[in-house]
Order: sequence, then structure tokens, then C-alpha cells
Amino acid sequence: MRRMTSVWPRLEPHLARVQKPARYIGCEEGAKAKTPDDSLVSWLFMYPDAYEIGLPNQGLQILYEIVNERSDARADRSYAPWSDLEAIMREEQIPLFSVEHHTPGAEFDAIGFNLSAELTYTNLLNCVDLAGIPIRTADRSIDDPLVMAGGHCTYNPEPLADFLDVVVLGDGEEVVGELTDVLVDWRAHRDESGRTRTDLLRAIARVEGCYVPSLYEPTYADGHFTGLQPLFADAPEIIEKRTIADLGEWPYPKEQLSPLTEVVHDRLNVEVFRGCTRGCRFCQAGMITRPVRERPADQVRHMVAKGLERTGYDEVSLTSLSTADFSGIEPTVKGIMSDAADAGCGPISVSLPSLRVDAFGVDIAAQINGAKRTGLTFAPEAGTWRMRQIINKLIREEDLYEAVDAAFSQGWQRVKLYFLIGLPSETDEDTLGIAELSKNCVAIGRKYTKRASVTASVGGFVPKPFTPFQWFGQNTVEELQRKVNLLRDATRRMHGVNLKWHDPKATLAEGIASRGDRRVGAVIEDVWRNGGTFQEWSENFEVDRWHEAMDRAGLTIEDMVYRHRGEADVLPWEHLSAGLHKDFLWDDWQDALAEVGLPDCRWTPCYDCGACTGYGIEHVVASATPPAGGSQGTGQDLSIGHAVPVQLLERR
Amino acid sequence: MSPPPKIKIRVRFRRDGKIRFISHRDTARLMERAIRKIGLPIAYSEGFSPRPRIAFGLALTVAYESDAEFLDIDLVTPVDCEGLPERLTDALPDGLTVDAAVPLENGSESLQQAIVSCSWLVEVLGSHRAPAEPADDVTTDTAGALGANVDEDIAALVVAVEEAVAAVLAAPELPLERERKGKVTVADVRPAILDLEVTGPTEHGVQLNAVLATETVTLRPAELVRVLGDEFREGRVRRTHQWTRVDGIEQEPVNPSSANRSAELAGMRDS
Repeated sequence: MRRMTSVWPRLEPHLARVQKPARYIGCEEGAKAKTPDDSLVSWLFMYPDAYEIGLPNQGLQILYEIVNERSDARADRSYAPWSDLEAIMREEQIPLFSVEHHTPGAEFDAIGFNLSAELTYTNLLNCVDLAGIPIRTADRSIDDPLVMAGGHCTYNPEPLADFLDVVVLGDGEEVVGELTDVLVDWRAHRDESGRTRTDLLRAIARVEGCYVPSLYEPTYADGHFTGLQPLFADAPEIIEKRTIADLGEWPYPKEQLSPLTEVVHDRLNVEVFRGCTRGCRFCQAGMITRPVRERPADQVRHMVAKGLERTGYDEVSLTSLSTADFSGIEPTVKGIMSDAADAGCGPISVSLPSLRVDAFGVDIAAQINGAKRTGLTFAPEAGTWRMRQIINKLIREEDLYEAVDAAFSQGWQRVKLYFLIGLPSETDEDTLGIAELSKNCVAIGRKYTKRASVTASVGGFVPKPFTPFQWFGQNTVEELQRKVNLLRDATRRMHGVNLKWHDPKATLAEGIASRGDRRVGAVIEDVWRNGGTFQEWSENFEVDRWHEAMDRAGLTIEDMVYRHRGEADVLPWEHLSAGLHKDFLWDDWQDALAEVGLPDCRWTPCYDCGACTGYGIEHVVASATPPAGGSQGTGQDLSIGHAVPVQLLERR
Repeated sequence: MSPPPKIKIRVRFRRDGKIRFISHRDTARLMERAIRKIGLPIAYSEGFSPRPRIAFGLALTVAYESDAEFLDIDLVTPVDCEGLPERLTDALPDGLTVDAAVPLENGSESLQQAIVSCSWLVEVLGSHRAPAEPADDVTTDTAGALGANVDEDIAALVVAVEEAVAAVLAAPELPLERERKGKVTVADVRPAILDLEVTGPTEHGVQLNAVLATETVTLRPAELVRVLGDEFREGRVRRTHQWTRVDGIEQEPVNPSSANRSAELAGMRDS
């Protein structure tokens, strides 16, 4: 049986000599100090990067609360120890631990990782290893914890298939309970003779949304992946994602963790809707989280008011993939402001991440202009209308200028614009359009303030599974660097335009993991074994490790990253389903190449992508009227398809 | 328009246990959140990004504990300090405890200007590594033997530290090399040691009681351990007092139990 011990007495004497020791002490307000008790099923929820990156992760906080509300289970949290502490832990043989009780990782029944970024994969291996658990599923015994992962990256889990016992697809709110039920049952029977770890894994494979990679065997022909064969009859051929029908039933996190030390997104976060149907073709999040499920506005207000009162934060972020699309966003923000004033909270600010420019007006700008104005971010994504049609981000130049004008007129001095380079069929004119748009935005700002500046943040595009661009061959490092250089030269003399760019070499490593098949597992392991942890941190990233690892695995970057895939290619994630029909994605890819846009199905007829129809669910929105006139503000003809299934929220 | 009169309160708090690993900035953020939670009518700075107007005394090093931290809060309307320590403590995370809050007279010196010295409890460890936790399978006999060794080691350490303390106190000057921003300077830090004595053994080392100056020539606890000798390491450190000098008499900015300024006089240091 497992025991619940603590490494604290051994850890504490070393903490005074590591950077930011507050990363390792827990004690956050909102933390659940459920006493370690061996009779409970125990989860360790883990973000495989530094504490300050991982703590704010809302997905893990939601699961953490749901599990801790059960009487038969408990959950702790952990984060990747920074390299300085890792060295001490390895020297002193201190295993990976939870921050609440400093319980060793191997003493939990299950470790649940959040996978949000490909460059954290090597950290996942490092954390499993630091916990004293064999990194390969094949080497684990019946006494080792289950190593699981959820999150957006699990829509192609194959590069981690050799290391993960279980992969969970989609919304975690319901399935975490079902998995806990399986573990409760397993604990009651695991000591019966003849029981093996495979018995447990097969039981989990019967839970919808759970993929057990070791129950499948890959096949290859001519050096290419050709498919996965189930090894048991009860391993489903297709694993469907999980979707909660109504976000209003899940008002989590109820007690967001407020940390003792500084973290990213250090503010109250309230999720206002999940899913997005704008249909941006590069955006994996928008494709895999459909349909749109809005939280009722009064629940949003309640969660914000409660959260501000409980935490003392002076800033709340209303999170979603495109918050300005929330039905009645303006009255909601107004209501939040007046609730805060009534409660005597002092000045607060509301931040709206992922703002679409076509839904951002002076009214919203004036509303969110509260305690502090650090900067506003818009994501036009591409520099020309042609390119934005290809990616289906149908915002016009005028939309952007109006939004920027609204921002500067309300007192902002800095605006940040996000762009992608390396998109399908991109020309130099498209790339240089980024500089042009930025320059014009500065000119608008100068009408209001001499200090107006625009930061153009440019990232290399990585094609993602379950998007229409999943067939597109990623730009080479050299090509991305050439485009960065074009922009650097173009913006050099543009006063007020600051160019920032993501390292194209890191984009390459993301590409290897994004669409790789099971053979990429050897690459991840190799990079990790050669010291490649914290790859999201530029000071730790060396692309040579990835090149060498690919060589040693007998794989080529040309084939795994740069190659255009065809309609007949078997993609490594075809045994998984986000509900989207493959022919919908293929047709959308062809439309992209023909520069044809697609309207937002929240407000226009259904084009049957599969995400609603496949699961018998619908959009949940409070208003069937789009925020800025016609679909996506373009006035295009929307008279196609059938009636849109929109479930209107009841007024409470 | 003339600015409204300033209303200030001064708060005294402690930092104990795990939370000692947070930074000075972290402490400031937690105080701001606690102040907002209990709805104190705090003043904000002017300008584009208004900040709550609070001011701390001397920063407390990460990993140090303290019985005597101070914080000045600017308010827009007066508040009753009765019960305020308890309300603030409830709004703070475990390990931060507010012991007293008093209204401050207009024109009071800022904490940073007023503090002249601090008292510290400094644990000194030997240079050898910390003893490993006994393994589960160690028999009682060997555990006893290990315990005896540890006791012997600490007895020897007490003698060594006592000798080092005597040498430091007898030294006419104590040159200390410091590096700041790549520049090496040497200063005589003997005048900064106002008081120093060995108070006895701890579980792993020896405890000192030190009063170190924070104005003119200054010395930090970690530097004190260096001055004692290369064979010593710093263990647990706790600030027990911060001292101001009023009319030549040293006293604390706020007495731990004072609810008003007259009671504060009882906090004068008897030296």
C-alpha cells in the first residue's frame, strides 16, 4: 500500500539557497488542505513547467476542486521544480513532491498533467523521472501511479504515447469523476490474485474520452505511419472527446487559488464561455472546443463579485477564446463595475483577453478602463485581407483601425498586435503588410498622444491537428527567419513600432511534436536525456539537441515538419475525434487555398462540421445576434445551409 | 486645490513558518490584497496607473522570519484601529500575523528613515553538510549513536562560535569585502555590530543574538556569519526588533501590544 509521507523536513534546509523558494511551499489562499489519508483515491495534478506559469492554469484548478469535493478522493498539485532545485533534489535523493503536503509523487494513485504546449513535453518526462516512476509505461508496475494527461496538446498525444498511461480528450469536469470511480473500484480489487496493471488500463479505456496508448500498436509502411491497431476488443477504434453541455452547471473554480508569490495572469480569472466558432483555420483551440457554451451573465457577475471579495484582487479577466463575442458583454462589464463599487472594493479593472477587433468599440474601451491600463492586445493575425481570408480571420483593416482608435482615445498608450508568419500561400507582400498595419496604428495613436506605440508580436505558424491547416507543410526555419528579417528591416525606421518575434528554431521544435507520430517519442526522450528541459524558456532552448535527437531516431525534419500532407495520408491522430468530420476540415482547407471565407455558425446556418451533430449538443448563447452586424462584420451572404441550432439561455 | 490632510496608520506584523520564503514584493502584494479584502479606505497614488499608498520598513530577506515588521498605510478617511490587527490577520495567509495598529501623527518620519538598527536571532551552522534524516531501517542503537555524534558536534560548534564572537568583539576593526554590481569594496564593519552574544545551541547549530546597525555603516546577518569565519554557515534567522532613536532613546516604531502611542513608550529598549 502507498503511504502518505512528507519530504518537507529534507527539503526545507535547502530552500534558502534556491531561486524563488516560494514556488515550493504551497500555502496559496484557496488551497485545499485535505489531510493525506491512504484510504482516499489520491490525484496529483501537475503542470510541467515552472510554478509561476503553471499555478494559474484554470483547467487544473477546476479538476483540483472537483476531486477535493468528493468524500472518497483528494488532490494535491505540483509543478516542475526549477533547475537549481532539481540539482539539489537529485543530489539529496528528494523525489518530486506536491506543494500542499510535500507528499512524494510516487505515493499518489494518479498523476494528471496538463499539456498546453509542446515544448513542455521534455519536462513531463523529467517530472515523472524525478518522482521515481519509470518514464515508459511498459516499465511501470502495478504499484506505480497512473500517468495521465489532458489539455489541448492531447489531440495528438502520439509523441508521448510511450510515456502516458492514459490520455483524456476534451472537457475534464465530468470525466475526472468517472476516472476517480474507476480508481475507487480498482483499490477495492487490486490486491486480488492475478490482477495486472493492464486490467486497470482496460477498465479506463472503457471510459468515454480516455485513450490508453499502450492498448494500440502502430503500423508503418515505407517509413510512414499507416495506422493504429487496437490490441484488445474493448479498446475503441475511435476515441471521442468529452464535452460538457452547459458551462453554467460547472461554476469552477469556485475558489481560485491566489498565490503568495507573483505568477503570470496574477488576477481573478472567470471563464465566460468555452468554445469558439469564428472558424479561424490556424486555431486548434477554436476547432477542438466547439460548440460555443456561454456562462449565464448573472453567474459571471456572481463569480466575479465573490472572487474579488474573497481574493482582494483588483483585476478580473473574463476569459474565453474571444471575449468580446460574449452575448451582452457591455452590460456584463458594466454590472461587474457597479457590483464592485457597491461592495466598496476600490478601483478595479476588467481585462478582456483575446479581443476581436470587430467587436471592440469605444463603449467597451471606456468600460474596462479601470484601476490600471497596462496595455491592450488585438490579434489581427495577418497583414493583408487576402491572407486573413485564407485563415478565415475576417476582420477588415477598418475594423482594426476603429478598435485601435477607440483604445487610444480612451487613454491607452500602448497597443500590442499579434501576427502569424509562415501561413499557407503567404507572399512577402502579406508579410510586409504586418509592418504597414502597425505603422498605421501608430499614426492613429499619435492623434491622441505622442507616446503612442505599437508592439507587433510575430510568431511562426505551427500547423495543428484537427484544423484545416493540418495538411500544410510548416515553413522552414530559414524561411521564417527570412520573413522576420524582412519585417525587421521594414520596421527599423518606423517610430513607435516595436517588433518582437518568436525564435523560428523553437517553432521548429514545436512542429516536430505537434504533428509527429509515435516515433517522435524517442526524440522527446533523447532531448530530455541530454539536458533539454524548460524548452519554453529561450535561455534553455538549443535547437541542436532536437536536430541530433531526430538524427539518432532516424527521422527527418523534412518529412515530419516541412512536408505537405495529402488527402490520402493517414494522420497520426485519426483514431481520436474532436467531433469534426475529416471531409469538413479538408473542404475548409480547399476553401482556404481558394481564399474563400466561412461565416460564424453561432449566428448563421450550420455547415455541419460535426462538433454539435455528432454529440447531440448545441451552442448555448444568450443572444442569437452577432455583436457587430452580420457574421464577422463582413456583410457576406450567409444564406446557406440549414437553421442554426441555438439554445437560448433562460433569463434567471 | 490643496491636497487633503494625510491620514496614516502604522501596522506591526510577524512572519513565521513556511511563508518566510516569500519576497518583500510578495509581502507587499499580500498586504495590498488583505487591505482590499477588509475594505480599508486606502489612498491611491495619482496618475495613469494608481497604486495603493503603503510603505514598508526595511526589506526582510527571503527565508528570514520576523517578530517586528512594520507597514505604513495612507488612508482617505480615518479608521478605528481597535480590532484592526485581528481583521487584517484574518485576511492574510497563515504565517503573517498583525500584532498592532496605531494612528500615526502627521509629519512622522518614514520607516525607512527612522530605523537605525535591528535585533536578530541568527543560527550559525558548521560548514559540514546538514545531517541526513535517519533512514527508516536504522536500528535504535545506531540512531542513538548518531544522536550522540550530533550532540558532540554541536558542543564543539558552540565553543568555536563563542571564540569567534569574542574575537570579533575584541577586534579594533573588521574589514569586509563586498561586491555590488561587479564592484568590490572593503569597509570596516566593526562599528555596525552594536551587540553580539551567544545564546545557546539549537537543534543543528548555535544561536546568536545580534544588534546590527542599519544606518551609516551597516551589516546584514549573512555578512555577520561571514565575518565570524569561513567555517560557519547561516541557518535560521529571525528579526526580533527594529529600532528607532527618539531623543537619544531607542524604541520600536510600534510596540507589539500597543493600541495607542502612549503605550508605545513601554516598548523602549532597556540598554
